[in-house]
Amino acid sequence: MKVEVKYFASIRESIGVPGEQIETSAKTLGELRTSLVSRTEAHAQSLGHGRVLRMALNQVMAEESTPLCDGAEVAFFPPVTGG
Amino acid sequence: MNPSNVQPARVAIQVGDFDVSREIAQLRLGDKRVGAICSFVGTVRDRNGGVPDSVQSLELEHYPGMTERSIEAMIDEAHARFDIFGARVVHRVGLLQPLDQIVLVAVTSAHRGESFKACEFLMDYLKTQAPFWKKEQTPEGARWVDARVSDDAALQRWGINAGNAI
Repeated sequence: MKVEVKYFASIRESIGVPGEQIETSAKTLGELRTSLVSRTEAHAQSLGHGRVLRMALNQVMAEESTPLCDGAEVAFFPPVTGG
Repeated sequence: MNPSNVQPARVAIQVGDFDVSREIAQLRLGDKRVGAICSFVGTVRDRNGGVPDSVQSLELEHYPGMTERSIEAMIDEAHARFDIFGARVVHRVGLLQPLDQIVLVAVTSAHRGESFKACEFLMDYLKTQAPFWKKEQTPEGARWVDARVSDDAALQRWGINAGNAI
């Protein structure tokens, strides 16, 4: 299935793009994260499992265990620091 | 006039500054039930960690769409938890300077207790769940601001596990 992946803040900066279209067989956000890690060194550095990051599915905060669906908008970003 | 029909938009994400008096006037406009208005304004400090002038400017990035949606959900939650009439959240994005206003949360209620609580709840919620990121410009270069464990603890007081700073 196809998903749209977005990156923000330090993750966007280190991967070098604000997002990308991904063809994936991942069943959860965690599996998608793992598959992204193998794309480039920058992906590995930013999304590796040692990194504290947060994720959203279709603009709602989500977890690694959240199921992925076709056409989903998935975002990976660092802990938030607004306010 | 039914006050529920004159509520302005509840959430604004904007580059420009805001006028607190005007925002509050809009929020309470024509609503004779209101006996209390509580507002919080966050501003840009020139320091992070106590050293004066260590922050020269602040850049705020956000996730358009999710930001508005998540704050709308927080306001719904505030209405469910507290006896309030209206709430307004304005958050600035883009490049800000020390002394600039960043965020406004304003809440109306019949008596002060509920609006005080709801205002603090909304700020605690926003700090750890709304997708904003701050980047500071310092004399040593730019750096992304770290999330604070104390902000997670603040939300925990309301029985919500923030899971942000970890």
